[in-house]
Amino acid sequence: MLMYTLKRLLFTIPTLIGVAVLVFFMLRIVPGDIVEVKLRGDGGNVTQEVVEQERKRLGLDRPLIVQFGDYMWGLARGDLGISMWTERPVIEEIMIRLELSLEVAILATIFATMISIPLGTAAALFRNTWIDYVVRIVTIGGLSIPSFWFGMIIIVSLLTFFNWLPPITFTPIYVDPVANLSQLIWPALAVGYRYCAVTARMIRSSLLEVLAEDYIRTARAKGVYEKLVVSRHALRNALLPAITVMGLEFAFLIGGLVVTEQVFNLNGIGQLFVQSVSRNDFMLIQGMVIMIAAFYVLINLAVDLLYAVFDPRIRYGN
Amino acid sequence: MKRLIIGLVGVAAFALAGTQAEAQQPKRGGNFNFAISAEAPHYDPHGSDTYATLHFSSPFHSTLLRYNLSKFPEIEGDLAKSWTVSPDKLTYTFVLHEGVKFHSGDTLTSADIKATYDRIRNPPQGVVSTRRATFADIESIETPNPNTVVFKLKTANSSMMDHFASPWNVVYSAKDLAADPASPRTKINGTGPFTFVEHVKGSHVSGKRNENYFKKGLPYLDSYRGIFTLQAAAMLNALQGGQVLAEFRGVSPAERDRMIAAMGDKLRVEESSWTLNLLVLFNTEKPPFNDVRVRRALLMAIDRWGGSTGLSKISTLRAVGGVVRPGSPLATPEAELVKLPGFSKDIKTSRAEARKLLKEAGHENLKFVLWNRNLAMPYTPAGVFLVDQWRQIGVEVEHKQSDTAPYIAAMQSGNFEVAIDFSNLFNDDPTLSMTKFLSASKNPLNLSRANDAEIDKLYEQQLRESDVQKRRGYIQALEKRLFEQGYQQPILWWHRIVLSHKTVMGWKMSPSHNLGADLAEVWLNQ
Amino acid sequence: MANLSPTVPASAQFVLPKRPNPILHFVRAQPMGAVSFIIIIIMMFAGLFPQFVAPYNPLDIDFASILAAPSWDHWFGTDAYGRDIFSRIIYGSRTALVIGFASSALGSSIGAVLGIASAYFGGRIDNWIQRFMDILLAFPIIVLALVVVAALRKTVIYGVDVNLIIAIAIPIVPRVARVVRAAALSVNVMPYIDAARAAGYSDARIIFRHMAPNVTAPFLIMFTAFIAQAILLEASLSFLGLGVTEPIAAWGLMLSGNAADFYREAPWMVIFPGVAISLAVFAFNLFGDSLRDYLDPRFKT
Repeated sequence: MLMYTLKRLLFTIPTLIGVAVLVFFMLRIVPGDIVEVKLRGDGGNVTQEVVEQERKRLGLDRPLIVQFGDYMWGLARGDLGISMWTERPVIEEIMIRLELSLEVAILATIFATMISIPLGTAAALFRNTWIDYVVRIVTIGGLSIPSFWFGMIIIVSLLTFFNWLPPITFTPIYVDPVANLSQLIWPALAVGYRYCAVTARMIRSSLLEVLAEDYIRTARAKGVYEKLVVSRHALRNALLPAITVMGLEFAFLIGGLVVTEQVFNLNGIGQLFVQSVSRNDFMLIQGMVIMIAAFYVLINLAVDLLYAVFDPRIRYGN
Repeated sequence: MKRLIIGLVGVAAFALAGTQAEAQQPKRGGNFNFAISAEAPHYDPHGSDTYATLHFSSPFHSTLLRYNLSKFPEIEGDLAKSWTVSPDKLTYTFVLHEGVKFHSGDTLTSADIKATYDRIRNPPQGVVSTRRATFADIESIETPNPNTVVFKLKTANSSMMDHFASPWNVVYSAKDLAADPASPRTKINGTGPFTFVEHVKGSHVSGKRNENYFKKGLPYLDSYRGIFTLQAAAMLNALQGGQVLAEFRGVSPAERDRMIAAMGDKLRVEESSWTLNLLVLFNTEKPPFNDVRVRRALLMAIDRWGGSTGLSKISTLRAVGGVVRPGSPLATPEAELVKLPGFSKDIKTSRAEARKLLKEAGHENLKFVLWNRNLAMPYTPAGVFLVDQWRQIGVEVEHKQSDTAPYIAAMQSGNFEVAIDFSNLFNDDPTLSMTKFLSASKNPLNLSRANDAEIDKLYEQQLRESDVQKRRGYIQALEKRLFEQGYQQPILWWHRIVLSHKTVMGWKMSPSHNLGADLAEVWLNQ
Repeated sequence: MANLSPTVPASAQFVLPKRPNPILHFVRAQPMGAVSFIIIIIMMFAGLFPQFVAPYNPLDIDFASILAAPSWDHWFGTDAYGRDIFSRIIYGSRTALVIGFASSALGSSIGAVLGIASAYFGGRIDNWIQRFMDILLAFPIIVLALVVVAALRKTVIYGVDVNLIIAIAIPIVPRVARVVRAAALSVNVMPYIDAARAAGYSDARIIFRHMAPNVTAPFLIMFTAFIAQAILLEASLSFLGLGVTEPIAAWGLMLSGNAADFYREAPWMVIFPGVAISLAVFAFNLFGDSLRDYLDPRFKT
């Protein structure tokens, strides 16, 4: 198992290098950088000479391939470079905001797990009844309703019905859990709806598949109680694919956060990403993309390993 | 009808609040949360043109002079205790307050003033000075003793006092600047009423009371927190929910009405005309905008009077005016204004003429890109409005909105055809607003890239003229020339509406959101 | 040899049942799918011929009727510029459909070609393509789209931002490629493909005549599902101010800016565009879902 884990871990490296290469060159398809934008953005009369100087200072006057080498060497040492806009280390910019986004993601996961398992199970057991139809519509709704719109509706409802609004500055959970949760539970709800929908749908379909398998039929034929069949045999096996989906969706939550954080005025990774895109801060974009990709790949790996542990049919080793 | 009542309630609320604020004794203490609708890109107002930097930095700094907002545009001393101007208006002598301390502990002297102004008028390499040109008339700065600083001018300049009172020209320590002239961009060390505590990127800036502030008894607040609310909706919600108690840039009338309906008498509404306008700007180097007929036709198609009525309900845009703020002493009266191209009240005739001009120029089916900033208020409404106006004379416009910095870079590099530009002023001095129309050869910040000797001559004449009537004549002549040539032209002037909770006291409303941001006299009535 | 046509043997996984009228059968088997299909048809009609459906020009500013409540004159009310929201939603469906269809078609087609090529050629080519797809898959969809937006900026042709379409299409490619490859692999081992190879047919002929028809079902399912994703993505990007710009009618854009400011006076400004996005995405999702249930025999009762 250890060897397998190490081997899989090793395999993620080429993917991440690929991500770095791809992003680096993709962002430089269109020539130009933000030095000029940054200097002239203040409205001062900036001469071409000053622009060149600043480029030189930031090392942007060097050939692309040298910059690339420099960047990769930095990556190898765990250095994501300096934000072109704020001139602070990319890692630092990310770290300030990571806690908040991660917490929203975790809250959303908890929320999704609690709701999706009963929902998915009910839909599968009462297949093609009104229960199934309701669950299907609710879950497809989760895939269809934009999380940012859902977020807007949440805010507007809170203001209208309770004349209350969640706090807008972040307090860590260990400082003030109430302030923390009352701020973050709402965005978690907004992004969690989709998450919950995806998982519930997965549970429904994999449960249906499992219920059709031979050993369940055997169990039923042997007269085992229906409840027991579902809880002991079927659900356990059906949860495996659900775990995969949950893992992947967790890594993808950043996608939902990118837009939802705008709505809730949250100072998180998503907001930072949108800002770095609208400012063309390539270093920051690169750094964040690599971090997000690494996160995704590692979660993916963790899910696979978990799968291997739970499902004896999967053999690791080769 | 409902809207009218809401409006009246708003005005009444303002009047009431005004008298209350006068009557009560300020209370010390408390933490004040307010919203800043943008995040400062850096900490140096010398190299910035956005209020985001001022609302962020002003509480940490002092200036030589400043405006007395109770009697705007009267000027009063800030770091300067007193000052004299020589009869020939060539020598300005300032005597400084004694014992003023920087937050670092160093004592302020005249050398710091000199170093600050040298940095603005002659920035060392690597330092951006946005208003360098305003001090071009200074010949030398002398410091006869630690408490006296003397500015000598090459020629008299009728706007000089306003520049000394400019909120942008905050005073830095000579020691800091000697060590690293660029340091104010990233480090804060001033003489202002508050000392810097933290700037959490993307979230907020906070400061606490400067116990050694040179104005005794001030500031009243223990601390403050400026929270960045990048979306207008987030800011209004936060204000309604009480997470912030004020926002000092300004909101639109529709937003005001919403807040009055939601908060009732807990809300204070203050209104003023605004020393800000949006302009439409043509790049005169790019055909067909090198053709005066095309520029004029496009200006004549804009129904300013109709637009003002509509836009003033939903945006911060309101008054129709020329190059000087309507209502201020040197402004062109409406009767004169309507004679200028683009200001006619008979929009039908004006548009017919515009179509004719375009046909003459051979550009009946003109298509172009309109550059604009991606700020919701009031840039987007102005863009939507212009696109609609030009559509009505058969011109197809693509509206391109981008972040401020890339937008300004495009303006400065001449990489645009038509744009919505802004004029961010802090007083009514026409020189300040007209600098941007000077020939491009003289002023690289003329974004239309036009060269016009007549405008330069009129500008110079009004600058050196001490007779107000004559000066007004020069200004109106310049305005006429500018609009007839159609290089650039104000679309509408802004109207400022500031919302705050009634518990916020001591803050003063003014026609500029760049002023009065130091929070020294703000206190909480709780 | 001509009767080696795809109708003879069918794939193991996706069997199209032989019915006289597949549409009728689909309606009977998947009533929800049929409903969603009707919604899509309505949307497409509105998007193709907005001038017949919309009562107003979506760009017409009317300051006399700002923030008007829904009425007979303005079914969905008006926005802050007095523009008719119903008309803007109708015209917005054109924006959504153009970008949704174009980017899903582009992404799915490239994905399908890569998937089939991967399955057919196998070996090294398969390996390279798969590694590349792995790299693309490591980006969340919206993150990849935003990177493309940052890299390519804007190129507007006939009022459509081509780069926006590319930005949305790229994240679709690896996801389709993976599914199509799996479907194609199962066909690849079929005897008739071997027979075709033995007969000396060109690769292109085998791929397009024999393999492609058999991956049609998964391709169609993915294509439909990703139209939904693309519409959602376009709405998100426009909401962020990185997609379509004012005054063009687009649903996401109608929700951005100061729409939410007026929730009290004009809740219709927030409600209708959101419902429009949700309904469109819902319809395509549901249709894709039903299509899958219909075409995939494993879920047959």
